[in-house]
Amino acid sequence: MPVFWLILIVLAIAAAGFVVGRSRALSSAEGDARKLHSLPSFYGNNVVIKAIVPAFLVMIVWLLAQPLVVASSVSGLIPESAIPDNSSRGLVMAEVRRAADGLDAAVASGGMTEDFARNARADFNDVTERLQEAGAIVTSQVTQPVLRAAQRFRVLNATGKTLMSGAVIALSILGALWGIRETKAEFRARNTVETSIRMLLIAAASIAILTTVGIVLSLVFNTVEFFRLYPASDFFFGTTWSPSFSGRGGSSELGVLPLLWGTFYISIVALLVAVPIGLFSAIYLSEYASSRVRSVAKPMLEVLAGIPTIVYGLFALLTVGPLLLSVFGPNGLGWMQAGTAVMTAGLVMGIMLIPFVSSLSDDIINAVPQSMRDGSYGLGATQSETIRQVVLPAALPGIVGAILLASSRAIGETMIVVLGAGAAAKLDLNPFEAMTTVTAKIVSQLTGDADFASPEALVAFALGMTLFVITLGLNVFALYIVRKYREQYE
Amino acid sequence: MMKDNIDTKVGVDAMETKFNCRDVQVYYADNHAIKDVNVDILDKTVTAFIGPSGCGKSTFLRSLNRMNDTIPICRVEGDILLDGEDINDAKVDPVQLRAKVGMVFQKPNPFPKSIYDNIAYGPRIHGLARNKAELDEIVEKSLRRGAIWDEVKDRLDAPGTGLSGGQQQRLCIARAVATEPEVLLMDEPCSALDPIATAQVEELIDELKANYSVVIVTHSMQQAARVSQKTAFFHLGNLVEYDDTNEIFTNPRDQRTESYITGRIG
Ligand SMILES: Nc1ncnc2c1ncn2[C@@H]1O[C@H](COP(=O)(O)OP(=O)(O)O)[C@@H](O)[C@H]1O
Ligand SMILES: [Mg+2]
Repeated sequence: MPVFWLILIVLAIAAAGFVVGRSRALSSAEGDARKLHSLPSFYGNNVVIKAIVPAFLVMIVWLLAQPLVVASSVSGLIPESAIPDNSSRGLVMAEVRRAADGLDAAVASGGMTEDFARNARADFNDVTERLQEAGAIVTSQVTQPVLRAAQRFRVLNATGKTLMSGAVIALSILGALWGIRETKAEFRARNTVETSIRMLLIAAASIAILTTVGIVLSLVFNTVEFFRLYPASDFFFGTTWSPSFSGRGGSSELGVLPLLWGTFYISIVALLVAVPIGLFSAIYLSEYASSRVRSVAKPMLEVLAGIPTIVYGLFALLTVGPLLLSVFGPNGLGWMQAGTAVMTAGLVMGIMLIPFVSSLSDDIINAVPQSMRDGSYGLGATQSETIRQVVLPAALPGIVGAILLASSRAIGETMIVVLGAGAAAKLDLNPFEAMTTVTAKIVSQLTGDADFASPEALVAFALGMTLFVITLGLNVFALYIVRKYREQYE
Repeated sequence: MMKDNIDTKVGVDAMETKFNCRDVQVYYADNHAIKDVNVDILDKTVTAFIGPSGCGKSTFLRSLNRMNDTIPICRVEGDILLDGEDINDAKVDPVQLRAKVGMVFQKPNPFPKSIYDNIAYGPRIHGLARNKAELDEIVEKSLRRGAIWDEVKDRLDAPGTGLSGGQQQRLCIARAVATEPEVLLMDEPCSALDPIATAQVEELIDELKANYSVVIVTHSMQQAARVSQKTAFFHLGNLVEYDDTNEIFTNPRDQRTESYITGRIG
């Protein structure tokens, strides 16, 4: 039975339970709702919760666990001898899964009877051809051990599903009956329902937190794994980045410094663009612009914030790069060799960050109390004196926070760098040289066909971890500054 | 005797008129907040504005130093003469006017700067000091006039926002005094203060009237009676009655004034 149907059945049981629970509550109070402890619908909801929650919990756990259990039991069916020399158990298991899917497809399309799919022997029949006819992607001749395993796999999966359906429906009905049995006039249904709702919300929050912890842990474990294969001091202090993809290990040099340098150089160029423009436009919008100008200009800036970064990347590659090249390139000043350079990526990233800086600063400037401005005007200060000497100093901590948040975005930015800055990891001071960043290298380390257990691939986790620590530090510092100084003006 | 009467009248008239207001109207968009106000505000005198909330006291006060210019929807009509010169004239720079007509607000609003820089703010933007020594002198003199010098002289570099409410308000008064204004406008300067701080500020106002014309908006009848020589009663945007403070409180001419000071409206 498909999972979708199963869900519908459980919901139907719950709906029926609601109606029964509600009317039973009313009849236990002789039809007078005032004699009930809670409103009648609480009794109904109590039944609904008891019918749904345990059933769905079991279903989720079962759906997660069944593949693991089936795989481990099927895997035992494959003898050592059936695994070719240049292969592994994992690869053979993948073939078993494909064969099982193929059998399913063949039965569904009428190419095989169910009986044939269950019992056929690969050495006597043309199973491989018939699977291919049914559209299954079977690479080589299906061998007898693989077919046996695939058949077993199908059977186990099918029984597992049937058992799950039975268990879930039974649990749902039992839950509903339990809820209905509880339903009496003096039963505190409201409290039970409120507690359940709280549990639900706590569960949601814990899932969010646990996911974050899981991501961090996986980063940490893989980073530790990387440092087992590659010395940490070479990673942190190495000045050369030249991974080798052909020979595994050995000849690779994986020093992070050129990447960090590229990251910071490009981010600094970006901030040099974004901070003055963003801050000045925020000052204009919040202090000078009439409400009509503001109502047009603010949404325009926010549109800029909604452009996907890949579009900025294209802009860097196709417009800004060639433009810079025509001025600073071999035909101009001769400082620049190609369109991809720190300058190209930095400028475009700066444009991307303008709305970020300006809308944050705008909020912060608006939060400076009007009484502060009045005080300054009341002493005969002009508008620009007031802004320079009173409003900006009061807003400064918030603005610093905004700039730190913007830099952590700049450091994490990928697409603009991939398209605008080039792929060469270099320690160089010339902003018209191609350089690359940590994020861009994470992409290139994982998109090649490197073995995921090699240091060349695992280094991506170490890079990710480094980046994570840096941006986390920046964000925490930014929040600290914003919090610390905000209290002063309230 | 007759002569005595004339003498006191001459005495009052001898006080120079600072503000001459004729037919002043103030509008917030369509809301006619101040209607036909005529009033003469005297030099070296404390004038109190009293009246129920929303009657336009703050609005009128703010039109005396053109603070209403900072509110886009606000419009002021009529003549407001300061020393015979129309302050709403195109020739008059509101920035210079506000240096002459200082203002203290309801809520203490020290700048997020050191105590020293708070006081030095006005003198610096108006270029009142030629060097650091002169500026130091202005700061000390202003803090003394604000009756707060003894409390802060050892921590002039501490932030002004770290002072207590009453100290902050006296700091703001000292700040306003530092630009050497001729008139000091105070909008409910004590409403955020405790009784002790209020007493300190009232004492200060009494001292200030030796040098300045002070206009104070207050909700407290006792305060108006204690600190002011002249009182103006506003009601629904009209100036109902304007007279010596004694007269207003002992012998009000208008029914509305009497009701307000005896607590029947407000
Ligand atoms: N900034 C403003 N914008 C629009 N209307 C205002 C503004 N300030 C005051 N008003 C209106 O002007 C009238 C007088 O207000 P205000 O001068 O603050 O009274 P008071 O200080 O006597 O309590 C009120 O009706 C108020 O709603
Ligand atoms: Mg007011």
